[in-house]
Amino acid sequence: MSRQVITILSVSVLAAALAACSNKAPQVDQYGATPEMPAPKRDLMPDMTIAKPTAWGDSVPTVPAGYRISAIATDLGIPRQTLVLPNGDILVAEGRGGNAPKLKPKDVIAGKIKAKGNTAVKSGNRLTLLRDADGDGVYEMKTVFADKLNAPYGLAMIGNVLYVANQDALVRFDYVEGQTRASAAPVTVTELPSAINHHWTKSLTASADGRHLYVGIGSNSNITERGMAAEVDRAVVWQIDAATGAHKTFATGLRNPTALAIQPGTGALWAVVNERDEIGPNLVPDYLTSVKEGAFYGWPYSYWGKNVDERVMPQDPAKVASAIAPDYALGSHVAALGVSFSGPAMGAKFADGLFVGEHGSWNRNPPVGYKVVFVPFRDGRPAGEPIDFVSGFHGEDGLTRGRPVGVTVDPRGALIVADDLANTVWRVTPDTVAAPAAPAASPPAPVTP
Amino acid sequence: MASSPFLHPVRAIHPVHAAVLGGVLPLFLGTLLADYAYWSSHEIQWSNFAAWLLIGAMVMTTLALLCGVVGLARHRHGLAYVVVLAVTWVLGFFNSLHHARDAWAVMPAGLVMSLAGTLLALVATWIGLSTLRAGGVR
Repeated sequence: MSRQVITILSVSVLAAALAACSNKAPQVDQYGATPEMPAPKRDLMPDMTIAKPTAWGDSVPTVPAGYRISAIATDLGIPRQTLVLPNGDILVAEGRGGNAPKLKPKDVIAGKIKAKGNTAVKSGNRLTLLRDADGDGVYEMKTVFADKLNAPYGLAMIGNVLYVANQDALVRFDYVEGQTRASAAPVTVTELPSAINHHWTKSLTASADGRHLYVGIGSNSNITERGMAAEVDRAVVWQIDAATGAHKTFATGLRNPTALAIQPGTGALWAVVNERDEIGPNLVPDYLTSVKEGAFYGWPYSYWGKNVDERVMPQDPAKVASAIAPDYALGSHVAALGVSFSGPAMGAKFADGLFVGEHGSWNRNPPVGYKVVFVPFRDGRPAGEPIDFVSGFHGEDGLTRGRPVGVTVDPRGALIVADDLANTVWRVTPDTVAAPAAPAASPPAPVTP
Repeated sequence: MASSPFLHPVRAIHPVHAAVLGGVLPLFLGTLLADYAYWSSHEIQWSNFAAWLLIGAMVMTTLALLCGVVGLARHRHGLAYVVVLAVTWVLGFFNSLHHARDAWAVMPAGLVMSLAGTLLALVATWIGLSTLRAGGVR
């Protein structure tokens, strides 16, 4: 009798929990300047739909007609961001950072589940250099440019100085064209906020005039669950003087600015930002935005302008009133981790706009992201829906073969995509190579001051 | 019971059962107090304490429930005890899921469920330990 009672109770609890997991999220129109914003909701359990990783084998990601894709480097140590050097060599930052302690029982469980969707290889903590000496599209040289770095992520070059944003510091190397190995240990430009490092990636780009570096520093929590004291100097973009290492806060309220780029022509700073989780499958859209100096973009108090997040206590109505909305929604939970402005060398259809690498969701059913999209621009502003440029990372079979991170346009006519699940670097090229354009389109653009 | 309690002591509740049941109420109470501290101070660390105390409460409730089911089969105690403990467990399970939310999203339902859990734990302990009285005395 009592066994039946218990059995019935246990079964109904499990059924309720499972029902919460199996609801397919409704699709909403969440692209562009005015995304649809449903009411916040939280199911019994967060809807964790983890990618089931599998190898690419002989298959490759899908690219539009008139383009081809090939793997130019494999067996890397978690490639994240890439930089095309003036001579065409490619630097790949490899590593895994973060040392956030597990604070709640939930962190222990969620950590184990999320790890299933990520690579298990050891963090490279290095820069690998790839070279295609004869220009046949095969990068026959793969060599370690610098190692013993602390989870390097953002890369930029100003003149003959290479800057690397480690998870705890901005460092620089002197660079000579054609070099395949750093000649000395890196010099620290400035320390970066690194306590806890819940969001550890430090994105980086250099200003068009070569005087400043911008570093994106992610928040130390999803939504202040580690306390506000942990959020000092977090969820911000720093502007750093390249000559002195002095910094100032350039913009705030950007939850996790995972990639930065300078717009060719205008010199404006743009960022892709990952927004908060656990208020529904269609909240909050990750976004692409130009970053205005001194602006507050909402985190943690509000999202997409002035939509108050009631999970933050105490609230701050004055900060909410000052929050501005970003420029362009990319969709909730797509996890944008890469951004790069395009140029004429990428072909007419994909010349005016930028590419965004979407790592893919872990808490949405059906999963989203897992692709590289092209956001078309007109008159220097995003115009129109994103177009799939590289897809097939998450297959129809429910298996995941790769997860895009950094994207970099090679001004010679190629898109370089880092894949941190397959530990591969992909290269997408137009079939008919357009006349080589002046190398002006690649962010972070090599700059000669 | 016909036999002498001195030769065959009547163990209405097994000592291990008593020990785990004895842990249920303090841990639910600890959860409630930590939740209340977060409610009144907005200091996030109390919410972390509450979540872990609740895990402790659930471990003890699960063990007590297992002992209760075994005891039920051996006619050591009545159905009411096991049912109250089972309800406590179900509420604690939902409360644990709720405490997995971030920051203030735990409130106010987390606090309410912790209060209800504490009261249920008190009732379950009351019924469960009532059988401790030595044979003969009612």
